[in-house]
Amino acid sequence: MERITLAHGSGGKKTYELIKGLFFRELGNEVLERTEDSAVVAVESGEIAFTTDSFVIKPVFFPGGDIGKLAICGTVNDLAVQGAEARYISCGFIIEEGFSLEELERIVVSMASAANEAGVKIVAGDTKVVGRGEADGLFINTSGIGVFTSESRPSAGKIRAGHKVIVTGTLGDHGLAVLSKRKGLEFDTPLESDCAPLNGMLGALVRDVPGVDFMRDPTRGGLATTLNEAVRGTALGITLEEASIPVSDAVRGGCELLGLDPLYMANEGKAVMMVDPAAGKEVLAALRSCEYGREAAVIGEVTGENPGKVCVRTKYGVARIIDMLTGEQLPRIC
Amino acid sequence: MLKYLDEYRDAGLVGEISSRIKGLSSKQLNIMEVCGGHTMSIRKHGIHELVGDNINLISGPGCPVCVTSISDMDRAIALSECGNTVLCTFGDMFSVPGSRSSLEKARAGGADVRTVYSVHDALSFAAEEKDKDFIFLSIGFETTAPTAAAAVLQAKKENIDNFFVLSLNKTMPAALKAVLSGEDSRIDALICPGHVSTITGTGIYRPIVNDLGVSCCVSGFEPADVLSAIYFLVESHEEGRPRLVNAYRRAVREEGNRKACAIIDRVFEPCDAEWRGLGMIPDSGLKLRKEYSGLDAGVRFKVDVPPSAEFPGCICGDILRGAKDPSDCPLFGKACIPEGPKGACMVSSEGACAAWYKYGN
Repeated sequence: MERITLAHGSGGKKTYELIKGLFFRELGNEVLERTEDSAVVAVESGEIAFTTDSFVIKPVFFPGGDIGKLAICGTVNDLAVQGAEARYISCGFIIEEGFSLEELERIVVSMASAANEAGVKIVAGDTKVVGRGEADGLFINTSGIGVFTSESRPSAGKIRAGHKVIVTGTLGDHGLAVLSKRKGLEFDTPLESDCAPLNGMLGALVRDVPGVDFMRDPTRGGLATTLNEAVRGTALGITLEEASIPVSDAVRGGCELLGLDPLYMANEGKAVMMVDPAAGKEVLAALRSCEYGREAAVIGEVTGENPGKVCVRTKYGVARIIDMLTGEQLPRIC
Repeated sequence: MLKYLDEYRDAGLVGEISSRIKGLSSKQLNIMEVCGGHTMSIRKHGIHELVGDNINLISGPGCPVCVTSISDMDRAIALSECGNTVLCTFGDMFSVPGSRSSLEKARAGGADVRTVYSVHDALSFAAEEKDKDFIFLSIGFETTAPTAAAAVLQAKKENIDNFFVLSLNKTMPAALKAVLSGEDSRIDALICPGHVSTITGTGIYRPIVNDLGVSCCVSGFEPADVLSAIYFLVESHEEGRPRLVNAYRRAVREEGNRKACAIIDRVFEPCDAEWRGLGMIPDSGLKLRKEYSGLDAGVRFKVDVPPSAEFPGCICGDILRGAKDPSDCPLFGKACIPEGPKGACMVSSEGACAAWYKYGN
């Protein structure tokens, strides 16, 4: 098996071969291939959205995706929930000496496919190789620039009491799929990460349906953490209806078995939004007409009660608080 | 699997049992749920709000992380820092504070501490990395002891000579007696641990019912399970007739799991054990039998551990005895929070303080 060596990161011939033979082949476009020290790109006048994220997931391949697809979707989605249309992305690779070249190729092909689906261009890149033991396989950093093409700008400051809380689909799929792969757990019903670019669906939504006042992608820490962050320190609270929160049977069963809570599990292809109550139905219909929003659901609402807190009403009519995640969720021990 | 869970989570059934309890209960009743799993279920589903004002649900000493004494914790930390050892532990133990450090801090300081999902992960590490000594920090009650015993037998059979066990395993019967015999005991009845009972059977509770006059009901972990157990305990209390009920018949048999008990007995023997909050209880721990003492980390590695001390003001001990509630602790939710725990009950996913804090009580 051919492996990445320190020579691939030396800046010499091997580096050139890797860039030209793999990165340009799969990700190339007229801006990237200019091979200048900075990418020069055109944007419409006015503000841009700019974001960065690093991906260190283990394992790098998991059911439903890989670190490459994740690196593109993560950044595209961070822009999309801000109401921005992702245009340009930069990619930095930190590769551990000895990493399989064939695996790197699969990852880059997967990035190209995700970027293609999302309609973004990769315009800048960097490759570093570090010695064995100095990194864990492969780390990728992506930064992205997005532009605003509609008047609507969702933001935390717009959240109001009465807003409906909507999620675009089932929760916990990514977190449990990765955990089960990492730990070699197998379930009868296969688990798959929900990793997907949401910019098509969310872009159309903010453009076409007024009243989407806040959006976030509930990644690390899951829905519970995202909602807590949204109302922390404000005079608003959130009350969820447990029975309305979509969780697939596979995730529910897996979480039961491991003693985990889907509300704290990471998602990589979901958004949660706060929506003007009058627009709730229209938003739901728009989401459900999209591939990544078929199981969208209203799961609760913003209230003036319990300021700064997220509560859930259980199906037995009892309310309890949902706090932020502390540390990492761990399977039960007895 | 979900079919079996949903059946015991049915809102109609839960509502029905809840109203029956409220209808039947006329006297004050303090029920201890012994197991941390029950505490979590009660707080998560809000069961304590479905039983009426006469019933007080109190957490017990059934969280293995919480009852690990601080001196044992200090010893585990010292073992992780001695020589060429790798300490393997369940995740919950990782952040439990010792007197001066924690396994988390020891790892940050360079010790090799690994979280494992089962004892077999530790055994696999040992088989693969022959140049290091692996110590499995074995905690838990009758439920986890059989797997630790199986790993000891396997290590012996396969000559894995760099695998050791620090047995902090504990057993329930003596501890329950200690809790109920305490001067400040306020417990009238017990919800007995479901998982422990699958191994031990229900017979271990008979002396509690007969000698101490405390009703015992073995329960599962779903809302309808726990409420049914409470119903039976209320019924006994109202009749003034202590009794033993097995309300978890789908998992627990009178005689328990004989095979699992036999493997515990083959590898371990009873010993005195120190419980956080309860002190030294005779014959409440498990140590490796003489023929397996070569795998006993306590025998193999000698570490000097300075005297241990609990965090001043921490009342984990009183909470584990059921003498106090988490909300009685001056540190609860202030100096002691899950991100910066002062006592074990705030760390463990089955700890009473963690449950009260997480679910907003």
